[in-house]
Amino acid sequence: MSQPVAPVRHVLIEGNKSYHNITEDLCSPTEKAPSREWIVAFSLAAALTGFYFFCVSWTIWKGIGSWNLNRTVNWGWDITNFVWWIGIGHAGTLISAILLLFRQRWRTGVNRAAEAMTIFAVMCAGQFPLIHMGRLWLAFFIFPFPNTRGPLWVNFNSPLLWDVFAISTYFSVSLLFWYTGLVPDLATVRDRAAGFRRKMYDIFSFGWTGSAKHWQRWESLSLILAGLSTPLVLSVHTIVSFDFATSVIPGWHTTIFPPYFVAGAIFSGFAMVQTLMLITRKVLHLEEYITINHIESMNKVIVMTGTIVGVAYLTELFVAWYSGYIYEQFAFYNRVFGIYWWSYFGMMFCNVVSPQLFWSRKIRRSIWWTFFLSIVVNVGMWFERFVIIATTLARDYLPSSWSYYSPSWVEIGLFIGTIGLFFFLFLIFTRVAPVVAVAEVKSILKVAGDQYIGPNAKHAHAHSHKAAVKTHTED
Amino acid sequence: MVSDNTKVLYGLYNDEEELKSAVADANHEHLNIMDVFTPFPVHGLDPILGLQESRLHILGFIYGAIGCMFGFGFMTWVFTSDWPIMFGGKPYWSVPAFIPITFEMTVLFSAWGMTITFYTICGLWPGVKSKFLDNRITDNKFCIAFNVTESSESEVEHLKGFFNRTHAAEINLKQV
Repeated sequence: MSQPVAPVRHVLIEGNKSYHNITEDLCSPTEKAPSREWIVAFSLAAALTGFYFFCVSWTIWKGIGSWNLNRTVNWGWDITNFVWWIGIGHAGTLISAILLLFRQRWRTGVNRAAEAMTIFAVMCAGQFPLIHMGRLWLAFFIFPFPNTRGPLWVNFNSPLLWDVFAISTYFSVSLLFWYTGLVPDLATVRDRAAGFRRKMYDIFSFGWTGSAKHWQRWESLSLILAGLSTPLVLSVHTIVSFDFATSVIPGWHTTIFPPYFVAGAIFSGFAMVQTLMLITRKVLHLEEYITINHIESMNKVIVMTGTIVGVAYLTELFVAWYSGYIYEQFAFYNRVFGIYWWSYFGMMFCNVVSPQLFWSRKIRRSIWWTFFLSIVVNVGMWFERFVIIATTLARDYLPSSWSYYSPSWVEIGLFIGTIGLFFFLFLIFTRVAPVVAVAEVKSILKVAGDQYIGPNAKHAHAHSHKAAVKTHTED
Repeated sequence: MVSDNTKVLYGLYNDEEELKSAVADANHEHLNIMDVFTPFPVHGLDPILGLQESRLHILGFIYGAIGCMFGFGFMTWVFTSDWPIMFGGKPYWSVPAFIPITFEMTVLFSAWGMTITFYTICGLWPGVKSKFLDNRITDNKFCIAFNVTESSESEVEHLKGFFNRTHAAEINLKQV
């Protein structure tokens, strides 16, 4: 308690902003006509989304036979994409929940967009297992509901069912967290709007007034939702890893999977946040709110989680060798030097080698390097899931059933299509709600604004600076 | 909170520090503040305003406990009494396998229960017609409001004097 704020703090809001400037800068993208870049990007995303629905219809009409899965490799791009998207979805809750608990102020610049990203990524992820079921219209069978077949219940012992619970809980709790954070900001947009727009925002902001008691409860709720989301986010990818780890397949049946999957998920999620935020800050001119300091902080998380993932890859190889169990040893030999060797080396290069560049402060603070490496990391994380799924299945116990798998155009279309769907939803979001949390940025202005701290701090504000230090002696 | 045809006298401040010292002064003068509105959560305001700590977290625990027992109880009932099935020679009541779903149900119930409670006790819901005092309260103004429906002219003047003394940037009287 009562620790004053350290004198050395990163500037997180540049440009000598007042509270009104913050409102103006962050709300105006929702009020102006869309820019040309936005329209071009949106058209492209909409076209890809259209193609996605075409591929889904094709799959349902023709059946799963339109994919190149076979009896040996019965999970392919579908589950690879599923795990990839779920992993990307982890950064949002990490930024908003875990960093809230750790009182990391830089989260305020990126939490809103990262949470939105989580929700859209989980939506993209959820589609793959659903389509893979084949009969999409019977997908509700995965939930335990009273039925006329006994009632016959689902198998609560199956990790695939745990996944159903984990992902639906994760999606709905993330949605609550995101929306509750959004309500005060929607009220800000409402109070600037007139006519029909005002009516719409009035409905969506639930009649928020900013009363002191409401803010107190709002903060309490945010903190507890953060406390709940922290184990939740860790449980989700742990359970996803159980889909593999609880099966008796050499190469999957490993106890290292849960932490390794969670680290990988955070790693890829942060990379996706970087990709998105670098574009968003440029297009919406938010460079003063999503600063180089924010980008550097996220790059530090990337190098950290990337290194954990690297250690996990090497541990896996060591344990396989040390087990003395030939099937396990073969599984990993095959993973590195087998038919999909290019995928393994792609994964190693993108996930383990490339993020090490972030040890250099110069690269960590370079926009172009960050943008490039964030994409490399996500390519690498896609390879990781492909390596785990395809190489393991293609070489099973019976050499007579060994097989090779490459995707059909429908599977490729579904993957590209979900990328389109993701950007389609994100671009709509940037038009209807502030992409940076307005109220939360205002609350850190006096401890992170460049007129109060850092080299440009003004002596004229010395009084209010002192006052700000006093206010931030909570916890 | 604000009911129909309430006369509200409110002052707007430009800074949260001015607001906090004004609230402290109001306490000192035993003025009865109706509500304080701010564009963001102002730390250190609650104790000055005399707000009790929110008890939302206690409810969160109760909802979570209900979710936990419901999830675990339901799976137990299904697998031991309603439709027992043997999976791979394991016991019907395979407790370790129930842990992930029990955990998820705990989180699900707690999060939804608390969020619904939050919106209910705050009276926030789609379609709620709030009585807005000023559009700038969600932007950059910090507001102290007094209910003056039944106040005499001299009491209103006294409150206006209070706002002037505490450097309010604006003073307004509004029927809401």
